[in-house]
Amino acid sequence: MAVASFVLGRRRSIATVGGYSSIRSLHSLPKYYGYYAAIWCGLPGLLLVAAWLSLSDSVITGRVVASLPEALRGSSDAQLGLLVNDIKNLAAGQFVNPNRAVELGAAAELYNSLQASARWILSGLIVALGLAGFLYSATRLQPDFRARNKVETVIKAALVVASTIAIFTTVGILLSVLFEALRFFQKISFTEFLFGLTWSPQTALRADQVGSSGAFGAIPLFAGTLLISGIAMFVALPIGLMTAVYLTEYASPRIRAVIKPVLEILAGIPTVVYGFFAALTVAPLLRDLGTSLGLEVASESALGAGLVMGVMIIPFVSSLTDDVINAVPQAMRDGSYALGATKSETVKRVILPAALPGIVGGALLAVSRAIGETMIVVMAAGLAANLTVNPLQAVTTVTVQIVTLLVGDQEFDSAKTLAAFALGLVLFVVTLILNVFALHVVRKYREQYE
Amino acid sequence: MSGSQTAEAVDLAEEEQLDNSRAPRMDQSQAVAEDFQSVAQEEYETHGTVTAEDPVMTVRDCNVFYGDAQALFDVNLDIGRNQVVALIGPSGCGKSTFIRCLNRMNDTIDTAVVTGDIRLYGEDINSKSTDVVLLRARVGMVFQKPNPFPKSIFENVAYGPRLHGLASNRAELDEIVETSLRRAGLWEEAKDRLDQPGTGLSGGQQQRLCIARTIAVNPEVILMDEPCSALDPIATARIEDLIDELSENYAIAIVTHSMQQAARVSQRTAYFHLGKLIEVDETNRIFTNPGHKLTEDYVTGRFG
Ligand SMILES: Nc1ncnc2c1ncn2[C@@H]1O[C@H](COP(=O)(O)OP(=O)(O)OP(=O)(O)O)[C@@H](O)[C@H]1O
Ligand SMILES: [Mg+2]
Repeated sequence: MAVASFVLGRRRSIATVGGYSSIRSLHSLPKYYGYYAAIWCGLPGLLLVAAWLSLSDSVITGRVVASLPEALRGSSDAQLGLLVNDIKNLAAGQFVNPNRAVELGAAAELYNSLQASARWILSGLIVALGLAGFLYSATRLQPDFRARNKVETVIKAALVVASTIAIFTTVGILLSVLFEALRFFQKISFTEFLFGLTWSPQTALRADQVGSSGAFGAIPLFAGTLLISGIAMFVALPIGLMTAVYLTEYASPRIRAVIKPVLEILAGIPTVVYGFFAALTVAPLLRDLGTSLGLEVASESALGAGLVMGVMIIPFVSSLTDDVINAVPQAMRDGSYALGATKSETVKRVILPAALPGIVGGALLAVSRAIGETMIVVMAAGLAANLTVNPLQAVTTVTVQIVTLLVGDQEFDSAKTLAAFALGLVLFVVTLILNVFALHVVRKYREQYE
Repeated sequence: MSGSQTAEAVDLAEEEQLDNSRAPRMDQSQAVAEDFQSVAQEEYETHGTVTAEDPVMTVRDCNVFYGDAQALFDVNLDIGRNQVVALIGPSGCGKSTFIRCLNRMNDTIDTAVVTGDIRLYGEDINSKSTDVVLLRARVGMVFQKPNPFPKSIFENVAYGPRLHGLASNRAELDEIVETSLRRAGLWEEAKDRLDQPGTGLSGGQQQRLCIARTIAVNPEVILMDEPCSALDPIATARIEDLIDELSENYAIAIVTHSMQQAARVSQRTAYFHLGKLIEVDETNRIFTNPGHKLTEDYVTGRFG
C-alpha cells in the first residue's frame, strides 16, 4: 500500500504542475512527493501495530478475566497468572489439566474470539489509516510544497530513535543492576559487603542446614582482582610501551609493516584461547618451575593468570601509546636532534614526557580492561577467595565470582544471586570511573597538540 | 564568462598539482627531472665567488637525492667566520635541503642520500668516524616554526648543556641559561618566569627561546631555516638585530624568503634555483648588480 502511494504521490506531484515538461516548477524532485505520500500512508499503520502489540494482550486478558466466574477470579495475583496461562494454553489447543479445561473452556473460547476480532479490527484500522494518510498527503501535494524537507524530518526522527535505542538499553541494564544490587544491600549491609574480609557465598537452601548464612565480604575479591591486574599491567605496560617506542622511533617502515599486523593478530585472539593457554600451558610450567626452585605454586595461580592477561593487553597498550607518541609533533624531535641528542635521549627527555598524559590515559584504559577481563581468570586463577598478596597462590576475582554465582540453579532472589549484581555494580562503577578519567586525560593531551 | 573560466582553469591547475603530490614517486621524479633539464641545457656554473676568506664550513660537489629525485646538484659553497650567508631562491629549490646537509639533519629522512665533501674546520662531516651527535652540537639549527619543548623555559635552555655535560653544577647551569637568554634578548622578559612552560610564550619569544636553546650549547655555526616566517614585523626586527649581534661570534647561514631581510642581515647571499646554486656573492652585488639572468629576475621580483 505504501508502495502504491509512493507511485501515486509521485504521479500526482507531476500532474499538479502539468506533466514532465514543467517538473522544474516543483519545489522538490517528484520522488520526494512519492516518499512523502508513502510515509503518510505507512507510518501511522506501523505505529498502530506497535501500540497494538504492546496493549492488546493486556486488554484482551482483562476482558477474559472479567468474564470468569467470581470463584475463580477471587484468587491471588500469582494464581491468576497461572490461570491466564492455562487459558492461553487451552486456547492454543495445548494440553491443560482436564479438570481445569472444563472450568476454563468458555474463557478460552472467548479469548480466541476476541483475538480473532482484534486481528480484523487491526487490519481494518491499518487500511483505513493508510488511506486517510494518503488522502491527507494528496491534498497537500502542491507544487510549492516542501516535500523534500518533510521527508528529511522523518529520516532524522528515525535516526534519533535508532541511536536512543542503544542509550536506553544501557540505561536499562544499569538500572536493573542497580535495583538488584539495592535488594542485595537490604539483606547484607553495604559496609559488610565492601569491607568484609571473608567471602563464602554458599547460603543454604533450607534454614536448618549448617553454614546457612554465608559471608559476603568482597575484600578478597577486590584484592584478587587488583593482584592479577597488577601483574598484568606489570607485564603489559613496559613491554607495550617499549614496543610502541621501538615501532614509532626506531623501526624502519619495512619492520613496522611486519610487526604491526602481528600485534593486531595478538589482539584478535579470543580470550578463551588465552584462558586455556594460561590454564594448560603456563600454569603447569610455572608449577614445575616453582618446584624446581623449591617454591610451592598452586596449580591455579594469580601469577599464571596475570602473566597471560598481561600478554593479552600488550597490543592494547602498544597501539594506544603508539598513537600518542605519533601525535608528538616531528618538530619536537627535530629540535632535540638538532641540539645533538641521540634517539634514546630524545625519547626519554622529550617524547615520553610530552606523551606522558596520553600514556597514562592509555594505561588506565588498559587497567579497566584487565579488571573486567573474565575468561582468562575463570580458567586460570581459581575460585578460592584467598586474601593474599602472594602471586603463587590461587585467588579469585570479581568477574570470576559473578560467573560462579550465576552458573547453576539458583533462587533468583537469594542473597547469593543478588550478590552477583552488587559485584557487577562495583565493577561497572570502577571501570566507568577509570574510562571516563582516562578518556578525559587522553583528550586533554590531544588538544595540547592540535 | 571569461572570468569564471579562468577561475575554473586555476581550479584545474590546483587539482593537478594536488594530484601530482599524491602521485607515485616515479611520476614526480620524472617531472622534477624534466624541470632540471631546462636549467641543465644552458651550461651551468655558479657565478660569483663560492669561497670565503676564513671558512668555517666548506661544501664541495654536494648532491642530495630523495629516493630517485635529485634535489641538489653539485653545490659548492663556503661559510665564513663571523659572517652571515643568506640563502634565497624560489620555493622548492633546495635551500632547506642544503642547510640540513650542514648538520646532517637529512639523516633523519629515510629516503635522503647526501654525497659530496662537506667539512667543518677541515673535518669531513660525512665520514664514518664523525660523531653526528657532537656535530649537531657544533652546528646548531633554528627551525622555521618555533618548536620549544613542552618544558619550562629554564629546562628548554638547559636541555642541550645537560645532554653534553657542559655544566658541572647547578650554578654553572644557571649561568649558561642566563647568558644564553641574554644573548637571545629574552632575559628581561623571561627572568621572572623561568619555571613556566616555554610553550606559553608568544611566537616571537618562542623563536628567541629556540635561539637561546641553540646558543646554549655554544655551537660554532648556526643554521636558520626561515626563522622569521611565522613572526610579525616587530618580532622579526628583534630577531634580525639578534642575528647581527650573533654574527660577531658565530658563522651563520640563514634561509629567507624576504629579499629585504637578506639585504639587511647578510654579508653574502647565495641564490638557488631548481637544486642548483646559481650565484653567490657579496649581498650588495647580488641585489644591485647580479651576474646571472635568473638571479636578476628573482631579486627584481620578476618570478619566484
Ligand atoms: N623529505 C623529502 N622527501 C622527498 N622529497 C623532498 C623531501 N624534502 C624536500 N624534498 C624535495 O626536494 C626539493 C627541495 O626541497 P626543499 O625543502 O629543500 O626546498 P626549499 O628551497 O627549502 O623550499 P621552501 O622555500 O618552500 O622551504 C623539493 O623538490 C622537494 O619536493
Ligand atoms: Mg624550506
